[in-house]
Amino acid sequence: MTGIVDYNAGNIRSVELALLSLGVEYRISRTPADLESADRLIFPGVGEAAFAMQELKKAGFDVFLKDWARSGKPLLGVCLGSQIIFEHSEERDTPCLGLIPGSVRKFPASFKEKGLKVPHMGWNDIAWKNGGSRLFDGIPEHSDFYFVHSYYIDPADPSVVTAAADYGISVPCAVKYGNIEAVQFHPEKSGAHGLVLLANYCGASTKGASVC
Amino acid sequence: MLKKRILICLDVKDGRTTKGVKFLDNVDIGDPVVMAAEYYRQGVDELVFYDIMASARDRGPTLDLIRRVAETVHIPFCVGGGISTVEDIRNTILAGAEKISINSPAVRDPELLSKGAAIFGNQCIVLGMDAKRDSAMKSGYRVFINGGRVATGLDALEWAIEAEKRGAGEIVLNSIDADGTRDGYEIPLTRMISERVSIPVVASGGAGTPAHMAEVLTHGKADAALIASMVHSGDYTVGSIKKELAEQGIPVRL
Repeated sequence: MTGIVDYNAGNIRSVELALLSLGVEYRISRTPADLESADRLIFPGVGEAAFAMQELKKAGFDVFLKDWARSGKPLLGVCLGSQIIFEHSEERDTPCLGLIPGSVRKFPASFKEKGLKVPHMGWNDIAWKNGGSRLFDGIPEHSDFYFVHSYYIDPADPSVVTAAADYGISVPCAVKYGNIEAVQFHPEKSGAHGLVLLANYCGASTKGASVC
Repeated sequence: MLKKRILICLDVKDGRTTKGVKFLDNVDIGDPVVMAAEYYRQGVDELVFYDIMASARDRGPTLDLIRRVAETVHIPFCVGGGISTVEDIRNTILAGAEKISINSPAVRDPELLSKGAAIFGNQCIVLGMDAKRDSAMKSGYRVFINGGRVATGLDALEWAIEAEKRGAGEIVLNSIDADGTRDGYEIPLTRMISERVSIPVVASGGAGTPAHMAEVLTHGKADAALIASMVHSGDYTVGSIKKELAEQGIPVRL
C-alpha cells in the first residue's frame, strides 16, 4: 500500500487521482499513525515552505517523516515535498526536515534581465544525471515533465542528482539518497510519462490507465 | 529547454462548453468532460475552464465538473469564473484544479490575490485580465470586468504589475478586441505586458491559425498561447498545431 501524506499543502487530489487511474492501492491521511503500515510514501505538496513546515509540525508529520527516512522504507517527495526534505529553504529562511543534506535556493534575480520568467512554469525536458534512476524505467531521456516552482533544490552532494532540466542554470530536478527519492516536477500532472514514473515507484503497471 | 505551452480554453455554461465572438452570442459546442479528455489525448499542455455564468450562481455543478475532468486528465488545468473568496479557491483546488484564475473579483478586491497566494502559493493564483484598446489609458489598454461588459478605471499594464506584486503567479491576458475573431492575437498588448512582468504571460483571444500562435510566442513574447475556436471547430488538432510550430523552430512538447 502506498501512503500519501496530507498536510493541507495544495493539490494532493491530483496525486490521488493519478494513483487511482493506475489501480494502485493507496491510503491518504492527515494522521501519521494511519500511514505507519504503508510500504512506501508519497510526500507531495505545493505552496510555501514556511507554511508547509508549520502544517507538518501541527500534524506530527515532521517527526514521522524523519523516523520513516531512518526506517529504510521508500519515500518519494514531489514538488514542495522534494524541497522541504532538505535542510534549509531560502523561502522565508525556513529550516526544513533535513532528510538530505543541502539547501533550497531562489532562482537568481538575474533571470529577469535574461527574460526568464519565475516561476519556472511549464513543460521542460529532463536529462539523466549520475546514471538516472529506476523511477525513469520506460521513459525516454529528454521527455518533458510539468514544472512549477520559484525555488530549486541544491543538494550538498551533486552525485545524488538523478536528473536535471535546463532553465538558465542546470536545475536539479530529481534526486536519490538511499531510500529517499524526490522530483521537483509534478509526475501526477505530466501526462503519460508522469504516470509511468508513479507506476514505477508503486510497482504498478500503466496498462489500462488513461496515459494517452 | 522550457517549452512554449498550448492551452485550450473551454467556456462552460450550465455544464456545457460554449463559444462566442467578442464575448457575445454563445453557442453550445459539447460536453466539457468529453472534450477535455479528447484534447488531453491529442497532447494539449494545459486546459482552462471558464464558468462564464458562475458569478451569481451556485458553484456546485462546476465543482462536480472539475472533479470529473481531474479523474481522466493528468495535466494541469486552470479554473476561472465566479471565484471570489478564499473558500472558493480552496474548494476548486480540492476538486482537482491546479490553478485558479481570478478576473473581476480581483479588480473588486485585490487582496484576494495576496490572500490566495499566501495560502495556496503564487503558482496557483492566475490573474485573468480582459483588456480593450483605449487611447485614453496610459498603456493604450483598459481593463474590463464582468465578461467584458463593464469598463474599469484600471490601466492594463499597471494592473498586471500590481497583480504580480500581490502574488499572481501567471497572467492570462485576453484581448477583447481580438476575442473570437480568429484574426490573430493582440501582439502589442501581449508584448508590452510580457516584457514588464517577470511571471509567465498566456496570450488569449484572436487565434485563427498556427501562424498567429507562432507570432505571439515570438514577437509577442508570450510564454503560452491560449486557443479555443481553432480546435473546437475541428479545423486543427493539437498535434497539427504543434507540428507546424515545431517546423517554425518554436520549442513545443511533442
